[in-house]
Amino acid sequence: MSSPPVTIEIKVNGLLRAQTVEPRTTLVDFLRDHLGLTGTHVGCEHGVCGACSILLNGEPVRSCCMFAVQASGMSVTTVEGLVPERGCLSNIQDAFCETHALQCGYCTPGMLIACHALIDHTPQPDEVQIREAIGGNLCRCTGYQQIVDAVKLATTPGYQNRKKPGVISGQPSQEAIKEISND
Amino acid sequence: MTDPKHPACNTFKYIGRRRRAVEHRRFVTGQGHYAADVTLPGLLHIAIVASPYASARIVSIDISRAMSVPGVHDVLTGEELTAQIEPMLPGVDAPKVARYPLATGVVRYAGEWVVAVAADTRALAEDAAEMVMIEYEQTPHVIDTEAAMAEDAPQVHPDHGSNIIWHRKFTWGAVDEHFAKADHQLNYRARWARSSTVPIETFVATCLWSDTTQILDVWASIQMPKYPDLLAKCLRLPGNSVRVHFDVDVGGSYGVKRGLKHSILVGYLAKKLGRPVRFLEDRLENMRGGDMQGPDRIFDVSLAFDSDGTIRSMRMRAVDDIGAYSGRSPLQLGKPVGAIVGPYRIASVEYDAYSVMTNKTPQEAVRGFGQAPTNYAIETGIDKVARFLGIDRIALRRKNLIGKDEFPYLIPSGTHYDSGDYETVLDKSLSAASFEVIEQQRDALRAQGLLAGIGISTCLEPSGGNSAFEPLFNAKNETTTWMDSCLIRIDLNGAVTALMGTSTSGQAHETLVSTVVGEILHIEPDSVRVLHADSLNALPSNSPVGSRMAIMLGGAAAGAAKILKSKLLAIAAHNLGVSEDALTYEDGNIFIRDEPGRRLDWTALVEIAHRQYHRMPAGMEPGLQEKFCWEVPTGGQLPTEDGRVQTYPCHSFECHVVLASIDPDTAKTTLHRYVVGHDCGVMISPDVVHGMTYGGVAHGLGAALLEKFAYSDEGQLLSGTFMDYLLPSAQEVPSITIVDHCTPSPLTVFGQKGSGEAGYLGSPAAIASALNDALSTVDASIDELPMTPQAIWRVLRNASFSTKETA
Amino acid sequence: MKAAPFEYVLAESLEHALECLDQYGTDARILAGGQSLVPMMAMRLARPSMLLDINRLAELNQVNIHKDVVSMGATTRQRTIEDNAQMHEAIPLVRDALRWVGHIQTRNRGTIGGSLAHADPSAELPLAAVVLDATLRLCSKTDGQRMVAAQDFFLGPMFTATGEAECLTSIDWPVWKGNGIRAAFDEAAMRHGDFAMASAACQLQIDENGICLRAAIGIGGLDGVPLAFPELAQQLIGQRIDEPIARELAQCAVQQTEPGSDLHADAAFRRQLAVVMLSRVLLSASLSRPNGTTLSSIHE
Repeated sequence: MSSPPVTIEIKVNGLLRAQTVEPRTTLVDFLRDHLGLTGTHVGCEHGVCGACSILLNGEPVRSCCMFAVQASGMSVTTVEGLVPERGCLSNIQDAFCETHALQCGYCTPGMLIACHALIDHTPQPDEVQIREAIGGNLCRCTGYQQIVDAVKLATTPGYQNRKKPGVISGQPSQEAIKEISND
Repeated sequence: MTDPKHPACNTFKYIGRRRRAVEHRRFVTGQGHYAADVTLPGLLHIAIVASPYASARIVSIDISRAMSVPGVHDVLTGEELTAQIEPMLPGVDAPKVARYPLATGVVRYAGEWVVAVAADTRALAEDAAEMVMIEYEQTPHVIDTEAAMAEDAPQVHPDHGSNIIWHRKFTWGAVDEHFAKADHQLNYRARWARSSTVPIETFVATCLWSDTTQILDVWASIQMPKYPDLLAKCLRLPGNSVRVHFDVDVGGSYGVKRGLKHSILVGYLAKKLGRPVRFLEDRLENMRGGDMQGPDRIFDVSLAFDSDGTIRSMRMRAVDDIGAYSGRSPLQLGKPVGAIVGPYRIASVEYDAYSVMTNKTPQEAVRGFGQAPTNYAIETGIDKVARFLGIDRIALRRKNLIGKDEFPYLIPSGTHYDSGDYETVLDKSLSAASFEVIEQQRDALRAQGLLAGIGISTCLEPSGGNSAFEPLFNAKNETTTWMDSCLIRIDLNGAVTALMGTSTSGQAHETLVSTVVGEILHIEPDSVRVLHADSLNALPSNSPVGSRMAIMLGGAAAGAAKILKSKLLAIAAHNLGVSEDALTYEDGNIFIRDEPGRRLDWTALVEIAHRQYHRMPAGMEPGLQEKFCWEVPTGGQLPTEDGRVQTYPCHSFECHVVLASIDPDTAKTTLHRYVVGHDCGVMISPDVVHGMTYGGVAHGLGAALLEKFAYSDEGQLLSGTFMDYLLPSAQEVPSITIVDHCTPSPLTVFGQKGSGEAGYLGSPAAIASALNDALSTVDASIDELPMTPQAIWRVLRNASFSTKETA
Repeated sequence: MKAAPFEYVLAESLEHALECLDQYGTDARILAGGQSLVPMMAMRLARPSMLLDINRLAELNQVNIHKDVVSMGATTRQRTIEDNAQMHEAIPLVRDALRWVGHIQTRNRGTIGGSLAHADPSAELPLAAVVLDATLRLCSKTDGQRMVAAQDFFLGPMFTATGEAECLTSIDWPVWKGNGIRAAFDEAAMRHGDFAMASAACQLQIDENGICLRAAIGIGGLDGVPLAFPELAQQLIGQRIDEPIARELAQCAVQQTEPGSDLHADAAFRRQLAVVMLSRVLLSASLSRPNGTTLSSIHE
């Protein structure tokens, strides 16, 4: 059976990355093994645990349930791309540290992605909305309490803004997201 | 949340304060360093061919097709591997129950590893694995635990002669007499189903062998005592030929990441092939063949008690199904010996413990090392006694709880509980709920037509670790050492670095150590760098197990820091020409108390120590580097003939109060209120402790309501993916309130006790208690976990409880 | 858990897609959202030699709201429909069903057509399709296009009427006209987002006096296919639906099913759950509310 490699081009954290991959390479394996972005983690490879969550054209998806070839021409944000700029943390990253919303850190990248997407959609989520947004991200360390606390803290009006002014928290820069073809 | 009134908690500058964990900086930015993140040039990948049968003879293995696939470097069978390595032996005296990474001759559980393929990529290895042809001849198997105990049951290890790998009956105290004299006796069975902590990261081991240095470098997601030593021994390498990199971040373990068999396999192939090799368990391999399932217990308990509620004695028969092979799993019947009466004043205990083998995936150490199932069994009985006598369950506990003035309290099996104030924690928990409010809520839920109940559990969390149950379970294994260490350096620039000798899986050890060092040396904890050594340059450690690191690593860090501090004082005394007791140490600077102008600052002291030998006291070692290695407090004794021994040194305590409801139509459970009262002495890092408590409750919720490694009669694992093994999400775990109390331990430097198992040890008992309180309104109860909707509905149906007719 | 090797083809047009399907037959699988298929491929339970990616076909991604029907392209993302107020208005039951499908991440990629074509017996969208009497459009190179009613589409667990070389291209969801249209969807699952042990759906038209003018009901998760009960639904017309009526109807419906058993629920328990779910959705949908508003009973 032949499995001809495919050349793909994906914008990852604002940078255009072109590679040739076997079609069966999942997006998470592409990010980790081909691009060396090991911040996104593998937990189950069957679409349940959410550790592999990334933003695809701004929306959270499970990168173990996609082949990398499917993301060609799209924009991907990983946890490494949530940092507004070097040396800073986004509001939600900072809040996670403040409320102790992580322990082993393994589910954390996926959690941050889910929380980031929630806050983009719903700037002042209530507890039910928070738990629903992270309902697809399993954690075995925290019992979720401090994660919920982190989102509440990050969305408190006036929570100290640790970002550099002018940059939207956690999103890739405008250049990175223009001209992405619709899927 | 730290109790502001307690003097022990207020004497510290850094200990007990909120502080951002050092580790978080790398985790929130995706810069963690997990075992699977380690990439090496030329890395080869392993996939496994596993047994489809619970018990079979391997007739033939044909690897030729697999070997011919381009990119495949080796296809390894058990026959080759077993001849080249030492077996992994059980923690009990059963030398015929040997385990090897790959099966030889027979397979003993469905999922057991038979062949390993090493290839250029994992995908290719899986392709080749499918081409390995294995012929099996099925043989009789046994899945049911009690059936396995029968003499005519199919034997998992015929050479051992029995499926019972270990058994001992302990009698501590005048059990028969207490039973005879008690007013009443109550018997029950409680069943703890096989579940486990199932971390989101699976086990990963990467090995690199160097012919020139003769070192095997190992990067693994490990949480295991003596791992480097056992790995070296099994690979027949000298101890100083294995270098385990403890600076690998481990993605959760809670006991289970003991992948010795994974590591032996990878190490062997790395050496054989002269290439770096990695085995990254996929989730299917992990669930079925990773040997990381948990306790699987049947408790048959008798309680002897009087009409006034005083519990006199207990007989507990505990049968644990460890699966087809043994690691330390039988010892999980041993740790509970150190808290066998829970927090209660029970005068005598008979403990009849069996460790049984069946053709199932092996069991591994799970958070609490057997204490959570045991607490569940005890608490089930307390509730039953209360119902039997018509006494309130809380009142019954108050009657039997060890009082705060009774410490240190000696329990029948030989352990002294160091300190505690159980009733105050109970009161605080009830108050935080508040109990009156949840009683009203319960009544309101009942008025709506739901079954509703309040659950209580009051449980011990032994902490500190100790090898004491090893000789308890195997008299030939005379071991009493359970140590930990820390090395601290102050460098030429005056910066402080501490070195710890084991791995971390979320417990924030760097934060722990830097807080402790900062406290002793009066320096900002964030300025202290904490490194993880590797196994060749590490001082001894016994790993973060048994809730021991706050005590042992914290104690070691404090010990080393104190020696450094006293050295600084000695240098200052020598240079200022006064005796040490005339000096004050403050913020790293030293001055004469009565003449503060005469002083030596930190920088000056460092300069003297590192560069001015002529100004050092005679005979003092130059530089500023000190180590501290110490034995667990109260450790060092072998058990008595009748099996009495001090197990763990320190005893934390938790009280859970839960409000739950059951929908009588769908049998679905909802937890409405969850409060945990927790006392682990002085908390060095309160946020860390709280985090683990929340997480422990979630683990317990999973065990109580959702999680089970279920097997078919054919020995097939039915819940081998995350679609059927159900881990609780944020929508299943309720909001949890923690209320703290602090009774310091007299045995530790700051009064700290351990708390890594908090929450998990009392939560299954409390949730079961709440659901049974709800079910008691229809005269029903369930003494088996998990209490799923299916299980609840069967009981409701039998109780003929239904508000409406159903189909 | 890496998929077996396959050839990847990105469909450039529907014609191209159908050509490929015609060429490869059963060796090919269609890839839409992939939320079910990719995990199956990871477990090597599905091993197509060719994977046909239809995600970029604009013609399969259109949603057109007509007077009587919402015509929805097969690769319409579930999240698009879930978030859309017009869908809420036109086909409330579909939107309600979507709230129960997996989690947000799965709905961001999962497609309407993909869920229907996958045909898991516990899935929510197939149930909505049979209840609403949706029509599915299947296309192939050799036979052109044909319309299949939902109840004829689902033939068994993971088994549909889709032919070897056919592709599901769109779904027509009937729009109920008039006032008082209400829908409700409920399911009993072990955890939020899990597949249902039993699920129920209904769409009703209730007049200003609370009388039922029109009804459609169904149960999922019990048999190998989702089940609608058009004849039983007729019995609701002219009635004010109360609890005894809802329950009796639910019992009648469940009596017609033959549920299986699995790890989480045996047949008897599934029957119990189905009766409860169907009663609840009927009651929920029949309660008095302003015109056009949909009730969704989120089962806590």
